[in-house]
Amino acid sequence: MTKLTRRDSLTLGAAVLGGTALPALGARAQQAQAPADIPIANVPPPNFQPEKGAQLHVIRPAKFIDPDQVYWDLNTKKYTEQTGVPVRVDYISWEDLRPQTAVIANTGAGADVVIGFSSDPFIYASKLVGMSDLCDYLGAKYGGWYDLALRYGQKWRTNDWISLPVGGGTGPTVYRKSWVQQAGFDKIPADLDGFLKLCQGLKKIGHPCGFSLGHALGDANGFAEWALWSHGSSVVDENGKVTLDVKPTIEALKYITELYKTMIPGTISWNDSGNNKAYAAGDIGLTFNGVSIYYVLKTSPDPKLQAIAADTFHEEVPLGVAKRAPRTATIMNAMLFKHSKYPNAAKDYLRFMMEAPQYGPWLSNCIGYWSQPLKAYGQMKFWTEDPKLKPYAAAMDTIYYDGYAGPITAASSAVTANYTIVDMFAAVATGSMSPESAARQAARQAERYYKTA
Amino acid sequence: MDATVPSASVAFTPPREGRLARLFDSKAFLVAACMLPTIGLLGVFLTYPLGLGVWLSFTDTTIGSPGHFIGLDNFVSLAGDSVFWMSVTNTIFYTGTATIGKFALGLWLAMLLNHHFPFKAFIRAIILLPWIVPTVLSAIAWWWIYDPQFSIVSYVLVNVLHVRSSYIDFLGTPWHARWSLVVANVWRGIPFVAITLLAGLQTISPSLYEAALLDGATPWQQFRRITVPLLMPILAVVLTLSVLFTFSDFQLVYAITRGGPFNTTHLMATLAFQRAIPGSQLGEGAAIAVAMIPFLIAATLLSFFGLGRRKWMQGEAND
Repeated sequence: MTKLTRRDSLTLGAAVLGGTALPALGARAQQAQAPADIPIANVPPPNFQPEKGAQLHVIRPAKFIDPDQVYWDLNTKKYTEQTGVPVRVDYISWEDLRPQTAVIANTGAGADVVIGFSSDPFIYASKLVGMSDLCDYLGAKYGGWYDLALRYGQKWRTNDWISLPVGGGTGPTVYRKSWVQQAGFDKIPADLDGFLKLCQGLKKIGHPCGFSLGHALGDANGFAEWALWSHGSSVVDENGKVTLDVKPTIEALKYITELYKTMIPGTISWNDSGNNKAYAAGDIGLTFNGVSIYYVLKTSPDPKLQAIAADTFHEEVPLGVAKRAPRTATIMNAMLFKHSKYPNAAKDYLRFMMEAPQYGPWLSNCIGYWSQPLKAYGQMKFWTEDPKLKPYAAAMDTIYYDGYAGPITAASSAVTANYTIVDMFAAVATGSMSPESAARQAARQAERYYKTA
Repeated sequence: MDATVPSASVAFTPPREGRLARLFDSKAFLVAACMLPTIGLLGVFLTYPLGLGVWLSFTDTTIGSPGHFIGLDNFVSLAGDSVFWMSVTNTIFYTGTATIGKFALGLWLAMLLNHHFPFKAFIRAIILLPWIVPTVLSAIAWWWIYDPQFSIVSYVLVNVLHVRSSYIDFLGTPWHARWSLVVANVWRGIPFVAITLLAGLQTISPSLYEAALLDGATPWQQFRRITVPLLMPILAVVLTLSVLFTFSDFQLVYAITRGGPFNTTHLMATLAFQRAIPGSQLGEGAAIAVAMIPFLIAATLLSFFGLGRRKWMQGEAND
């Protein structure tokens, strides 16, 4: 479950935010009409007639902000009221979700629908009911799917849907505008040279950047992948052959070594909360992160933190040589297991949850913690009402994923979980290894998994 | 009428024993029957998981696929994996240094606590605190202490005492990180050693020290000739347990560094977990865990036979 702990850090903001947002929730959630700002094509829904006596058991990742669960529950209740199908939703902590999914898959018993993480459906593909009917319908009705949704929903090199991507969370650049201006920049440069100069400037004025190069599952892997992809390198090619030991990787390693010199000391040992804490303390002026930093600050009763929030802006990560944003997102990916006795009811439930009257309010109240896989929802006003949310609106508008550019397998998640790429950068940045030997060693480590996959 | 009873003819014959009764009279059966629950418990909760772990280590099982028997492939592949060997040397270093630290300080503490002083019982109880606090909690405390930006130690040194100009990077370089973890482990392990050795010290008769004093023995000689030999049996047990605990430590390292920076603090236990669960390579993770077993057996045998097997332990005189 890649990118898992980036979200962990979001917990910080959850309580605070939930407290302020909740009173208004009940009334607004009751609206049965689709929000007016979602363009909807006139497509007849597929006929998923729920089986007689159907009842559903759904598990999904635990909430990090209250509206996530409140709206999910309200929508589920609405579904039961309209169809008479009882649905039980269990919210599972992020660490426990993957082992539970494994048990459900291996025993062929338990929840009908498992909303797991990014690559999970690929590991259990043979045990899943195809989703093409549902996903083709949703795509036609709501303006099509973003590339990342296609990648994480469809079987490799086919148009067959094995899962339904429900939403994604990502980590673009988070920065203090006044300090970036003080360093001589109006905005975050999209080119790597400019970005390095900006970070050098930030260090000079005493407000350095900070990116985790430690064993931080979400933050460090996200940063390392950005470094790799923005230089045009990748762990594997389209056939799953390891292509790490190449010149662009060496360039990326040299670049990060320079960038590391501009960082605040200690990022080698940061876990996923490292940059959140340092940013909130005013120790760093720039990092990559989920929307959590901003919302913790914004919803804090402390005027000092609110002032930091006002000065905080977001921007897409620098592109480098990449054409599309060289970062990925953590996907909530819904799987329907073959052992379910009520596959029609399950698909109907998922369809209902993805339709505008339900999905719209859920999404807009998740304020960027989750972003839409369907393009129509990108038109919703809340994305532009607070312009700072813009990079999060595009969370799934990318072609990059863990294990890019190869097929998604257990090997890609093993490489992420073992910090192979992170450690390669960390070893070179701290001068413990030469770029060449680090790239060679990382390639060997990656090959151990891609060989067996 | 003859009043006498022909007693001989109606001599008591015990009822014929049922098979069941005879079965329960059999000692062998009783022994087996009484041990069955224990064997069952051990089998279900100890042998089965251990056996499963060993079996997994010979398969290519991943989370989500049952896997096949692949013989020693996992071990062969690990033999060529520098991260695995790093974790082996780290584990040995960690166990060695932490155990020495725990025993030196623990023994010293035990001898201090063996004296009479005010609030003795209270202080002895306090000493146990690091041992009582759940490891995950104390690990998080240490993680804060070692934080590169928010460390209390750095804060005191830099902002209060002004003896340093920059914060200490406790976990940022391999050796800093390794020693930091050893310190945390020693802190956590001292109470166990100290309290058990204190119990051992109190079994040593004061008359021995009095006799030594009359003979003009120096404190060092008393320690060397009386305390150490008499403490040896309990020392051997405590050392064995301590080595086992330290060798298989997981929580401290996982909570503080997760094996970073670049795998230089991975122990075998943390690497096994990382590969097996988040990395979903159950077979490989099991192989790393199984690779710990020979080390654990060796450590146990070494400390037990090396230290514990003295003749006087069996009630004979020492040579």
